[in-house]
Amino acid sequence: MTAKTAGGIWVVAEQVAGRINTVSYELLSKACALKKQLKSPEPVVAVVLGKAVEEIEQLGRFGAEEIITVFAPALEIYQNDTYALVLQDLITARDPSLVLMGATAIGQDLAPVLGARLKTGVAAHCVDVRINEDNYLVAVVPAFGGKVLGDILCPNTRPQMATLKPGVLGKPTTVSEPSFIITNYDPSCSLQKDQGRIKALEVVRQEQTGMPLEEAEVIVIGGWGIGSQENWTLLEELASLLGGAVGCTRPVVDEQWVKSEQQMIGTSGKSVRPKVYLGFALSGATHHVCGMKDSGLVISVNKDAAAPIFAVSDLRIVGDAKTFLTALIKRIKGK
Amino acid sequence: MNLKIAVCIKPVPDPNFYDQITIHPVKKTITRQGIPTIINPVDKNALEAALQLREQVGGTVTVLTMAPPNGEESLRELLAMGADDACLLTDRAFAGADTLATSYTLAQGLKKLGNFDLVFTGTESADGATSQVPSQLAQWLGVAHLWNVSELQLQEQALRAKMKIENGYIEYAVKLPALIAVTRDLNTPRFTSIMGVMKAKKKPLTVYTVNDLDVEMDKLGLKGSPTQPGGIFAPSLGRKGERLTGDIDEIIDQLLIKLRAAGLNVEAADACQERR
Repeated sequence: MTAKTAGGIWVVAEQVAGRINTVSYELLSKACALKKQLKSPEPVVAVVLGKAVEEIEQLGRFGAEEIITVFAPALEIYQNDTYALVLQDLITARDPSLVLMGATAIGQDLAPVLGARLKTGVAAHCVDVRINEDNYLVAVVPAFGGKVLGDILCPNTRPQMATLKPGVLGKPTTVSEPSFIITNYDPSCSLQKDQGRIKALEVVRQEQTGMPLEEAEVIVIGGWGIGSQENWTLLEELASLLGGAVGCTRPVVDEQWVKSEQQMIGTSGKSVRPKVYLGFALSGATHHVCGMKDSGLVISVNKDAAAPIFAVSDLRIVGDAKTFLTALIKRIKGK
Repeated sequence: MNLKIAVCIKPVPDPNFYDQITIHPVKKTITRQGIPTIINPVDKNALEAALQLREQVGGTVTVLTMAPPNGEESLRELLAMGADDACLLTDRAFAGADTLATSYTLAQGLKKLGNFDLVFTGTESADGATSQVPSQLAQWLGVAHLWNVSELQLQEQALRAKMKIENGYIEYAVKLPALIAVTRDLNTPRFTSIMGVMKAKKKPLTVYTVNDLDVEMDKLGLKGSPTQPGGIFAPSLGRKGERLTGDIDEIIDQLLIKLRAAGLNVEAADACQERR
């Protein structure tokens, strides 16, 4: 395969239960930035697969110049075989130079499937992408829990593909004058090739408890050192007093002090960038730091003055987390 | 029903030591000296899933890895946990492989070992964590697959499985043969018994090099990798780290000032009894 293409910066917009995932807008904002870095600008295109998807036009507001809708009952729920068949045909027909996807569960499955079928490279769970002086995509990929970042290029095959972690690109921005066309693509030819090996039965969405980490200006985070479920409620109380969200590290998920893994911050959890990060009794393992390093003010409380988290903190408080939490809550309550 | 099951695993540097990983200042290579090698943690969940199915319906469990020669130690450990036999794919020709070339090599290794009804892997490795090998391996094998599986049941010739997604899951039915990439929620890997360790010494472990496999050379290693590494760097994350000192009330005073300066609207009674 040559490195020449018809051009196009594609974002595969993800939908679950008919709603577009916000990472799609983050990717479109980045696609617009890449367009400016390319030697000659290429159109920003969003592709969305599903049965019926709400607010398609939003993709245009965040920078898509063309929105390709691929709607069919068989595409209602994500299923790697059918989604890959359709996208493989569509990408082969339209020949874009770049394809970006969210490093969500769905994106992390679908992107490598497409990469293998199109025999091209996929840079995984990137924290950033840019165009270099040779007009190639450079993807910045973390390894060893974020301790090392490496540039990944895909010089000889097309499209150049990358999955980007939700949240790492920052808040997406709408374009001042959206101008887009909507193209409906009929997937029936692609879907005829499906061998029926996999059947998607249902999507179950779990109710989110509390404020989502991505939306919080302040996040109160606890680590294993919090010690018990009972102490954990102190963190929840403080977060609620500050109008923020509660996050945690991996050991807390293992201890089941939190209801959902969705509260985990780090390489295999969420990447967050709140205005204020307030961490209690967590050591600061590389995996966790990778997910919080872009936070605004980082405040850490730990009884171990040598805890690695202090090296990445703006304010260090050496002391017992429970005692400090109790005193701080009492003070904020004004009693 | 006798299932022929394979489990693909990866030896990785122990994640507990990743803060010790450095980049060589001149050679610009990753230095991981002194960091022990372990079996990628979630790969033990993959083996556990295979062992449970073998116990349920009968069959065999083969563990496979592509690794340097010392990968044999990891395989022996998994034989001790209960796998029946093992295979190591090792050759300099495999080196420098990205996920596409790695998955191709694993696929050719599996094909050499026979037709498997089920292949298990972990969802991701702790070191690179690209999580791409399982899905790509299924493409080379030409079998159905599910990634990020947190619940699994075998019902006759099909599997019912849950794929974990953000804030929920998707439930699927999948026909065999299939590849399943499992998460750590799926099960709790069993401990290895002394008896297991004794037995493992006598279990068959095959080593294949490039000459033993039916492979296209240009699909292997660096040559077979569409992605190429550019520069590597260690992100500088250091912050100046001002330590707040004093008694607990004084520390809270300073903290509240900082929180307000950062734009938070914190209602609180100040230590000097002045309410905002």
